[in-house]
Amino acid sequence: MSWILLVEQALNGLQFGVMLFLMAAGLTLIFGVMGLINLAHGSLYMIGAFAAAAVAAATGSFVLALIASLAAAALAGVLIEATIIRRLYDRDHLDQVLATFALILIFSEGTRWAFGSFPLFLDRPEALSGTVSLPFGIEYSRYRLALIGVGLAVAAGLFWMIAKTRVGIRIRAGENDREMIAALGVDISRLYTLVFALGAALAGLAGALIGAIQSVQVGMGEPVLILAFVVIVIGGIGSVQGALVGAILVGLTDTLGGFLLPKAFALFLSPATATSVGSSLASMSIYILMAGVLLVRPKGLFGGA
Amino acid sequence: MKLKHLLVTATCTALLAATAQAEGVKVGMITTLSGGGAGLGIDVRDGFMLAVEQAGRSDLEVVIEDDQRKPDVAVQLADKMIQSEKVDVLTGIIWSNLAMAVVPATVAQNKFYLSPNAGPSALAGKGCHKNYFNVAWQNDNLHEAAGAYANTAGLGNSFILAPNYPAGKDALTGYKRFYEGALAGELYTKLGQTDYASEIAQIRASGADSVYFFLPGGMGISFLKQYADSGLDLPVVGPAFSFDQGILQAVGAAALGVRNTSQWSKDIDNATNAAFVESFAAKYGRLPSLYASQGFDTANLLISAMDKADVADQDAFRAALQAADFASTRGDFAFGPNNHPIQDIYVREVIQEGDVFTNKIISVGLEDRGDAYAADCKM
Repeated sequence: MSWILLVEQALNGLQFGVMLFLMAAGLTLIFGVMGLINLAHGSLYMIGAFAAAAVAAATGSFVLALIASLAAAALAGVLIEATIIRRLYDRDHLDQVLATFALILIFSEGTRWAFGSFPLFLDRPEALSGTVSLPFGIEYSRYRLALIGVGLAVAAGLFWMIAKTRVGIRIRAGENDREMIAALGVDISRLYTLVFALGAALAGLAGALIGAIQSVQVGMGEPVLILAFVVIVIGGIGSVQGALVGAILVGLTDTLGGFLLPKAFALFLSPATATSVGSSLASMSIYILMAGVLLVRPKGLFGGA
Repeated sequence: MKLKHLLVTATCTALLAATAQAEGVKVGMITTLSGGGAGLGIDVRDGFMLAVEQAGRSDLEVVIEDDQRKPDVAVQLADKMIQSEKVDVLTGIIWSNLAMAVVPATVAQNKFYLSPNAGPSALAGKGCHKNYFNVAWQNDNLHEAAGAYANTAGLGNSFILAPNYPAGKDALTGYKRFYEGALAGELYTKLGQTDYASEIAQIRASGADSVYFFLPGGMGISFLKQYADSGLDLPVVGPAFSFDQGILQAVGAAALGVRNTSQWSKDIDNATNAAFVESFAAKYGRLPSLYASQGFDTANLLISAMDKADVADQDAFRAALQAADFASTRGDFAFGPNNHPIQDIYVREVIQEGDVFTNKIISVGLEDRGDAYAADCKM
């Protein structure tokens, strides 16, 4: 095992982490501000990917496809917020889980009805194809490097927005005391819609960016949704900062665990057993990480007291 | 009270009428029509129903239900079809874990099961049954052909990977059964994994001269796109599951030139196949996949048995099925001693025809291949 391979794997973990952050940021904001568990967040990811694939097929432009993914997911977010989600804020979490689970089924079968049962084609832009040579002789995929860049830029933008802008102040206020900011004359229902649309748009963007190197198909959002929940539990529910740290931790643990554990077991087991045991343990690694974090900090790394 | 009595009488009469006219065959199809794996079930259903429609028989009735790719749902549907629908034959299941949940109970209740896809090794060897027929392949078959192809292609240092679940382990076992070269690496990935950056980095570092992968459905799409983007240009070999007509369009140019193994291809040269491809495309507006061909063959096998025997006479009907006296889209087709196919497995290459990505046959990987488990089957 060379250092180059290890660095490449760390980059892969980072790339996976920043993409998870795009999903987790919306999920944690929605939970933090509105107290809503949104299982349909994965469907918004799927909608982003399908919108991007449809627009890319029609126009051939990846930039337009990304804009479409943002717009379509935000629009879907606003639509379900205004018609369904809004009625759930005062209900308990079980009702929310039930209703948003129903939304998953509706979105999945609706997408199948509109686009058919077969995966769609979405490719990365030609300008980002191939590999780029990094220092120390590392060859790394240009598109994945771009993903890391976009993810970190979005994270920076989000932090700036929350720390410096008026909307950000309201979001933070909303997290702390909903009744009070409503009493201060902030239009709380508009704020909720805005936060929901923002979270949805981020999920849609993640879907489009990831869809270009994976498979755009019905049900693509649910595995990512589970990971995003792991991320926000590790990071502390409601904390965007926690979502970033949690996402990168999960990304690195997953990638490096899958790579290093089989090798570690190979030191004292036969190759076939080592691969099998190592792979099984690697699948569990992020959940072990989550359990470990919760043992030490029951509210997550950045969870409030 | 009177109304209830009337209802009971009416139901009894209806039931009597139903059993009285049971001259024909009632088929229960349980397949995956929603969720992530729906493309496969839809292809099997469409292929099957195309054959039924072309036969135009009034004594063949098909009931179709969606198993949602969930074993518990499939078991419930099978119970319902056997108990209340009174079907004679069950078919349709795509996934091996669902087949394992449904097939043994079905054949134990003296119903026939015709598998249009799943062929787990457990049902081919010790767990075989006289009423269980597999019309597709035993799970290992396509992988075995890929191993044999690697030898003839002079590939001597393969990196092999599959998901960490029973069919994935069968796949790599099947490949290694025929492959004679060395292994540069062997990896089990997570089932449902969609990011293969880590695996691709390991392939790059391993010094392999070729890659063999079994990653069905969306997993294969993701792997191929990422592999094509990684700058690696080692030859890739896979089973047809990652190169069927349904997903090739989603992979795009990244799959061009890849060799894959299949028991069926749309360019197998026989009249049945040509007519099947043409009529399928005309009816459904898309090219058939191997799954569609399996559904089509399953229905035609059933119809051929109906021509020879009454399903009520189980022994005669079973013998008629075993004879496999139908025109298969695959050309030569026969059942081995464990009711699994003996057939040629081809090596195909992904090509582009106009705007459509598809496969063409380049050679025969294994001729008249049965399976490795037939010897364990005692019927």
